[in-house]
Amino acid sequence: MKRYVYINDDELSPNLYCDNRISNRKYTLLNFLPKNLWEQFSRFMNQYFLLIACLQLWPLITPVNPASTWGPLILIFAVSATKEAWDDYNRYLSDKKANEKEVWVVKQGIKKPIQAQDTHVGNIIWLRENDEVPCDLVLIGTSDPQGLCYVETAALDGETDLKTRVIPSACMGIDFELLHKIKGVIECPNPDKDIRRFDANLRLFPPFIDNDVCPLTINNTILQSCYLRNTEWACGVAVYTGNETKMGMSRGIPEPKLTAMDAMIDKLTGAIFIFQIVVVVVLGIAGNVWKETEARKQWYVQYPNESPWYELLVIPLRFELLCSIMIPISIKVSLDLVKSLYAKFIDWDNEMIDLETGTPAHAANTAISEDLGQVEYILTDKTGTLTENRMIFKRCCISSIFYGNESGDALQDVELLNAIASGSPDIIRFLTVMAICNTVIPMRSKSGSISYKAQSQDEEALVRAAARLHMVFVNKNANTLEINFNGAIVQYDLLDILEFSSDRKRMSVVVKDCRSGKIFLLSKGADESILPCARVGQQTRSFTEAVEQYAQLGLRTLCLAWRELDEDEYRAWSSIFKEANSALVDREWRVAEVCQRLEHELEILGVVAIEDRLQDGVPETIESLRKAGINFWMLTGDKQTTAVQIALSCSFVSPEPKGQLLLINGKTEDEVCRSLERVLLTTRVTNSEPKDVAFVIDGWALEIALKHYKKAFVELAILSRTAICCRVTPSQKAQLVELLKSCDYRTLAIGDGGNDVRMIQQADIGVGISGREGLQAARAADYSIGKFRFLKRLILVHGRYSYNRTAFLSQYSFYKSLLICFIQIFFSFISGVSGTSLFNSVSLMAYNVFYTSIPVLVTSVLDKDLSEGTVLQHPQILFYCQAGRLLNPSTFAGWFGRSLFHAIVVFVITIHAYAYEKSEMEEMSMVALSGCIWLQAFVVAFETNSFTMLQHLAIWGNLVGFYIINWIVSALPSTGMYTIMFRLCRQPSYWTTMFLIVGAGMGPVLALKYFRYTYRSSKINILQQAERLGGPILSLGNIEPQPRSLENDVAPLSITQPKSRNPVYEPLLSDSPNATRRSFGSGTPFDFFQSQSRLSSSYSRNCKDN
Amino acid sequence: MMNSNATSSSSGVAGSTEISTPRRNSKRPKYSKFTQQELPACKPILTPGWVISAFMLVSIVFIPIGVASLFASRDVVEIVDRYETACIPPASKSHKVEYIQSSEDKTCNRTLRVLKRMKQPIYVYYQLDNFYQNHRRYVKSRSDEQLKYVRSENDTSACKPEDNNGLSIVPCGLIAWSLFNDTYSFSRNNQQLTVNKKGISWKSDREHKFGEKVYPKNFQNGKLIGGAHLNSSIPLSEQEDLIVWMRTAALPTFRKLYGKIEVDLQENELIQVAVENNYNTYSFNGKKKLVLSTTTWLGGKNDFLGIAYLTVGGLSFFLSMAFTVVYLAKPRRLGDSSYLSWNRNPGGH
Repeated sequence: MKRYVYINDDELSPNLYCDNRISNRKYTLLNFLPKNLWEQFSRFMNQYFLLIACLQLWPLITPVNPASTWGPLILIFAVSATKEAWDDYNRYLSDKKANEKEVWVVKQGIKKPIQAQDTHVGNIIWLRENDEVPCDLVLIGTSDPQGLCYVETAALDGETDLKTRVIPSACMGIDFELLHKIKGVIECPNPDKDIRRFDANLRLFPPFIDNDVCPLTINNTILQSCYLRNTEWACGVAVYTGNETKMGMSRGIPEPKLTAMDAMIDKLTGAIFIFQIVVVVVLGIAGNVWKETEARKQWYVQYPNESPWYELLVIPLRFELLCSIMIPISIKVSLDLVKSLYAKFIDWDNEMIDLETGTPAHAANTAISEDLGQVEYILTDKTGTLTENRMIFKRCCISSIFYGNESGDALQDVELLNAIASGSPDIIRFLTVMAICNTVIPMRSKSGSISYKAQSQDEEALVRAAARLHMVFVNKNANTLEINFNGAIVQYDLLDILEFSSDRKRMSVVVKDCRSGKIFLLSKGADESILPCARVGQQTRSFTEAVEQYAQLGLRTLCLAWRELDEDEYRAWSSIFKEANSALVDREWRVAEVCQRLEHELEILGVVAIEDRLQDGVPETIESLRKAGINFWMLTGDKQTTAVQIALSCSFVSPEPKGQLLLINGKTEDEVCRSLERVLLTTRVTNSEPKDVAFVIDGWALEIALKHYKKAFVELAILSRTAICCRVTPSQKAQLVELLKSCDYRTLAIGDGGNDVRMIQQADIGVGISGREGLQAARAADYSIGKFRFLKRLILVHGRYSYNRTAFLSQYSFYKSLLICFIQIFFSFISGVSGTSLFNSVSLMAYNVFYTSIPVLVTSVLDKDLSEGTVLQHPQILFYCQAGRLLNPSTFAGWFGRSLFHAIVVFVITIHAYAYEKSEMEEMSMVALSGCIWLQAFVVAFETNSFTMLQHLAIWGNLVGFYIINWIVSALPSTGMYTIMFRLCRQPSYWTTMFLIVGAGMGPVLALKYFRYTYRSSKINILQQAERLGGPILSLGNIEPQPRSLENDVAPLSITQPKSRNPVYEPLLSDSPNATRRSFGSGTPFDFFQSQSRLSSSYSRNCKDN
Repeated sequence: MMNSNATSSSSGVAGSTEISTPRRNSKRPKYSKFTQQELPACKPILTPGWVISAFMLVSIVFIPIGVASLFASRDVVEIVDRYETACIPPASKSHKVEYIQSSEDKTCNRTLRVLKRMKQPIYVYYQLDNFYQNHRRYVKSRSDEQLKYVRSENDTSACKPEDNNGLSIVPCGLIAWSLFNDTYSFSRNNQQLTVNKKGISWKSDREHKFGEKVYPKNFQNGKLIGGAHLNSSIPLSEQEDLIVWMRTAALPTFRKLYGKIEVDLQENELIQVAVENNYNTYSFNGKKKLVLSTTTWLGGKNDFLGIAYLTVGGLSFFLSMAFTVVYLAKPRRLGDSSYLSWNRNPGGH
């Protein structure tokens, strides 16, 4: 399917395509109510409450005033509807603002300002500097003579650096005035959401006729929501408008995530529902039996002898309504409320602010914070997540000579500087490739200094390093590159760019030396994509060794190469390249194929090594979280050696010979299968030993494993706590997340770049690092943090507290509802099983909404069972959350039993203390209610681990509030409760009853709690005790970091152990598990791990910063 | 230590604020103890001493209260006379329901012996057993509006399932219709003992729940006669028996105040009661009892509170002793980190 856009033609393209009205709204004024209600009622809980509320409208069966259910129900619905409406209104406002923005559009040959929403496909739109682009445009002119313009795409993909966009060749050189009159047709695909592709063609009509169909790429477009920068003006043809823009198409409302605790609460709700049905059926039958046998004799009840057909149903339905309070109506609202506060606590946390950039942590998803405490697997990206993604050129190897090995910094290597000064041709070529084989844009500031804008950190590092080595990339003018080498200006014409893609893993440029007219191909790329293209006869062995050596140090390597091209060869190739570039179908693949034709017979110039430093505190964070029982998987697009090296240096694998790396590799199914089975066997064998086994797999093997040997791979995934997956694609990352999720593990994915977005969205919890690769990941994520080390605090402090508090809140909600419901059930046994409610409507409603909500809400916001410091020192305590020890059917049974016990206490004491002449209905119901309130205040106080003033205020203030509310109600003559509360408060027997209820209700609870606390104490209790008594806890702090810098340690390492390169993998990759263990047992110095242990200690240095 | 930590981090933040860009600056919250979850808190833990003394305290408080309430309850002098079977003439023993529904004179004489001196006021109650005033059909069958206001006298919809035949019955509903109608007259040594029937109902009910201008109307005129008739010349606010009856009881066994005897009764005095046995409890085997009782600060005779207090107090004492013994016999150091499994066996759970 294609779309034909006729440029600037008001007649030919009538409203074939939608106008530029943007709409992000979910609702309209008319459909808001039905749509919103429909959405709310698609939840089971809401359906249930609606059913109950409707049943209550039948006066024959309702035990209480229908308002007692309708009130809270309407309130709850109103709250969520208002929230939705408010969000939607804000969306509407921002849409409106965007839609009514003034845009200059050419109409009938004249530039006119119109509203953005009135622009149509085919219109020519003029933009000035710093304008926001109103829709997707194909550029046709800019103020720059070369037809360049710069755009900031941060809103689109989160990348903050400027991107160059260029007008199509066909429009080159058209006069500024003539642009108004330009006519033509753009043939482009139907709207899609791929912001990296635009495969279209442009043909201009006379008088701008051009022989060729001019190919268009994404580089010829500027997309909606980008900003025009550093360019005086630009104009373009609207091709996609309104919600059909690439931005509009990629919008979507992400699926709401359900936490493990939500699922558990749903399950428990279901169980309670079944219990309720059982109660209703039993009581219904009992009620009907009693009615037939007893009630007919009670003449004063006047049961008729004949009854309508539904009579049998009346009593069960009454009990259904009476028991409907078993499922607390307020639980959802309370949970939402406290969870949004937990999210705020994350936003507010001063200790999670990245001081370098001032970025605070942010919780975009407010509903899943308790899931953080239940994480079992963390899948992490490497670059930018574990590392800083601040590339620094460290070493290089040019023509078999290693530079920078002694000092650890090639830029200060005297040998290299001397070589440059002497003008060795190899080195000059090497530096030239470093300086210009890229897409970097030099920007000269007013003061004369040059800054570089680059899309890739690697390229920026290379250009900077080249500049330090006297090869300064000075200027880029359209197709002319200017370098200043030792003061001499050299110019190159940039002929073609063979772009980088993750499949090709290399990029090249074709340049023409302006002086000599010679054409060169300059390439750089990963070793395995460059070295095979080497010129026949060139020895690449030294480069392979260099790559290996650098990779062992955890450095990223790039190979640089070049080749001189014949004029003819280039010409021939160039035309094919152009053709491939204008292909509408499979363009990417065809371009890649054409590029391949040029990139061969390369002369390898050398290898550069770029350091990507580990972020502060990464090893400690990983160590703590591993102690907390969280398994780590590293998913990276980087190469195996680098990945393994980084994994070792950041405590992915245990340092001592406890750790073992198993490699799964192979190019064919058979090989992968064999290697997978071998690894699986080893893992099974070693699983019983206290040994850390990690497997390493690369993308290719992973694909085969996932396709053909999924079962074995799943088993391996379950068995091994650590995995390193290298060279994986974004979709494979997402697949792995999916795999772990399907095994019922809670997964957390953390990443920083666009390639992690899918994995982040797929995982139960997505964490984005608002890093240097832009904000894309942070936007897609549920939580965004500034640095990897904040993950520890996010999980151990915020996640754990949220889990504990939510567990308490949800179980308590059921406890209080069951308590009052059990009393109603007991009362029905002494009221002729007729379904009389002991409590009046007002009390029932207020019980849930006022009396019992505030103390528990405050407590579940403020309670801390252990101090943050203790938790961070003993991350193992997270196990309680992970295993769901605080909310599961057995803890719930405890609460269930407690509510049953308390209901018995309240009921028995009330009916006996208020027997005979005192058994007045209103008084008795008030006594029972106050009993419940007293008990619940004490229960909250008992379950609170840390009392702040606010909690005391809430718990005891609430108790006082209960009396005040009831005194007020008792002062109104129109209510049924008139004078009751005053009457009760004057009776000594009332107060003695209350104390008795509290004493009898709480005594056993206290005794049991004390017994378990002291004699069956959980780890949490022990830590609480230790914390309070201030005993040995502080001495337990086992992480006493000694600040040391990485570079100092690494440098001697690489020199003293150059021969450790070869043996490194051999013990790891040996065929049988026995062999592996033999190599451990034989006491062979295991350099790999030794170096690791030194590294890991050297990495721990962030504690000082804390 | 935590505090110093917190302040240093906050000052660190303040320092960097100036450096960071203003756009991000606005996102940063002000430092407060609440936002940082650092509100000063006290963390009580259940130390043996604390728990043992808590139980001790409970027993020290509860046992005296129990003793006091038990004494109060023992102070009450109570005479209970169950008369519903005794008041059926032997001839009618086999068909009690027919007897009670017949119109013959059902006066029955009972003699009560005062076991202990009773000080005035002596409350006279009638007690019904197995009578479900809390039955759902019954308890809802009343109209509070109608009892209060003349204008709502036709407002009988709340009184279902009472059949009103289109008449506006005042007071309507099953509760009023089934008003208790046994009467008692007391005499001592052939001398009338006056029973004061004024002020037996709640003052608030007389003043705010039952209207002064509302008179009984069409009451007990239907085919089915339930309980007592009402004098239609007395406003509802003065029909105290009705007001008392309309305060429904929550339990199937209940006492309602009949009147007060305002003279002291001496030990071993004999009191003759002439019971007009009208109320039908025979169809559902309900008991009827006449109760004379004095009162104390805790109310009538009820041993429950005293016994319960003594039980709870005793159990607390027992628990505190038991915990002490266990604590002395098997002391356990609180917060001993050697109990943390991961310290014994690093690396595993």
